[in-house]
Amino acid sequence: MSLTDRRQILGGLAATATVLGAPYVSAQAQPHVIVIGGGFGGATCARFLHRAGIKVTLIEENATYTSCPFSNLVIHGSREISAQQFSYDALKSEGITIVAQRAQSVDGDARRVTLNDGTTLTYDRLILSPGIDMRFDALPGYDAASAELMPHAWKAGAQTVLLRRQLEAMEDGGLVVMSVPANPYRCPPGPYERASLIAHYLKTKKPKSKLIVLDAKDQFSKQKLFQEAWANLYPDHLEYVPLAAGGKTTEVIASDKTVVTEFSRYTAAVANIIPPQQAGKIAQLAGAADRTGWCPIDPMTFESKLRPNMHVIGDAAIMGAMPKSAFAANAQAKLCAQTVAQLLRGETPAEPKLVNTCYSLVAPDYGISVAGVYRPGNGVFVDIEGAGGTSPLTAPQDVRTREAAYSNAWFGIITAEVFG
Amino acid sequence: MARALINVPAKAKRGDIIEIKTLMSHPMETGFRPTQEGKIIPRDIINRFVCTYDGVAVFSVDLFPAMSANPFISFTLRATNSGVITFSWTDDKGETQVQTASIEVE
Repeated sequence: MSLTDRRQILGGLAATATVLGAPYVSAQAQPHVIVIGGGFGGATCARFLHRAGIKVTLIEENATYTSCPFSNLVIHGSREISAQQFSYDALKSEGITIVAQRAQSVDGDARRVTLNDGTTLTYDRLILSPGIDMRFDALPGYDAASAELMPHAWKAGAQTVLLRRQLEAMEDGGLVVMSVPANPYRCPPGPYERASLIAHYLKTKKPKSKLIVLDAKDQFSKQKLFQEAWANLYPDHLEYVPLAAGGKTTEVIASDKTVVTEFSRYTAAVANIIPPQQAGKIAQLAGAADRTGWCPIDPMTFESKLRPNMHVIGDAAIMGAMPKSAFAANAQAKLCAQTVAQLLRGETPAEPKLVNTCYSLVAPDYGISVAGVYRPGNGVFVDIEGAGGTSPLTAPQDVRTREAAYSNAWFGIITAEVFG
Repeated sequence: MARALINVPAKAKRGDIIEIKTLMSHPMETGFRPTQEGKIIPRDIINRFVCTYDGVAVFSVDLFPAMSANPFISFTLRATNSGVITFSWTDDKGETQVQTASIEVE
């Protein structure tokens, strides 16, 4: 290729970019991006868009955010819920507009969001980061009312504190039952970290009690590491029942805290029911969720496959191999902010690569981790083979202690980046 | 074979339709999977399941390699009289595991 040819191609690209960018310039002096949801995904995305010079409005009805990561330590009794809570003051003082209301509906054709007080906002691009909702129609007997008796504690806050109080009030010798759903759900290793920490609580505070974990699947994240630790630490306090051993919960009876499986029933003193989940309600209302209840996206841009000019990040989206985690949501948010800024300027985003790391505590001083690297493939994110990995099996205790410390440091760093 | 999980109601009224559930832990090796060295893992599946009620075969299944591991088989029967319900699983090696449950019909 001659130099002239190349210059012509580059010139052609630049011209295309100008044409794509033009409608925004003429229609509106400054493009406007709305972000719905102020969690690890949405708050990060709003921040990075703002820093990229984009006019951004964050819609979040709660004045404080309660973090799910580390909330299992609240249930364990060694951490206060206040340590999980973060305000939006830092985002506000940075100059980000935060509307403390619930997004009531989205009109994708008119690019308009209606708030619960009836006011409307228009956008050039919308970013949905609504997290999850429990599906109160999926497990017979489990609805919002029974969640007050058998907490899910799968959205941090009052539910987390409720489960902790129930464990604290339980007599020594009481049976704790935990029900874990099939994939996909928020935080794949989360139920097993929780099971570990509840078993640790029982072992140290209520040694005559026991936890039975009923799982609707046979395989899970960091399984070998968890099961190695359980055999060593909690042989008398944690019993794991996988799908193959009849672990799938088919019904719950809240009045007497009974959990029914295909082959047995368990009447618990404390029951933690983690039900099937779906993308947060606004994603459903916006038409960005498909029949699975989750939001299909183009992994190159996070743009919805169902609605143009809408992007979905975090737990609500179908990310393929990339798990529903705070780390993942934060990483996607930064990339999505950059991509949306590029699209608004008429540029073509480059193919992304994403990383996820996830720590779990098996005991307060015993951490394990998994890391993965992902790229777009088959319309979702796929694992890059040979990248990432998990903590070693049969490692000495100081490795576990260090990973617990890394886990703590990670929480400090990510919450400082998102809310600090 | 491992011991199967069985769920049969202990009691039923005559003429009731009752639900039976069984779960047998079994790898259901298809015979199509190679090892890392490229050797084919020999087929090893449960190929036959039979349920008898009071000595009469009331339900049977022929299973093939497409069945997933740990086959879960659920079906319904009409409760006719008190007696023993027998379940048997036969694998490719010719081994048969038999388990029973009793039902009281009023």
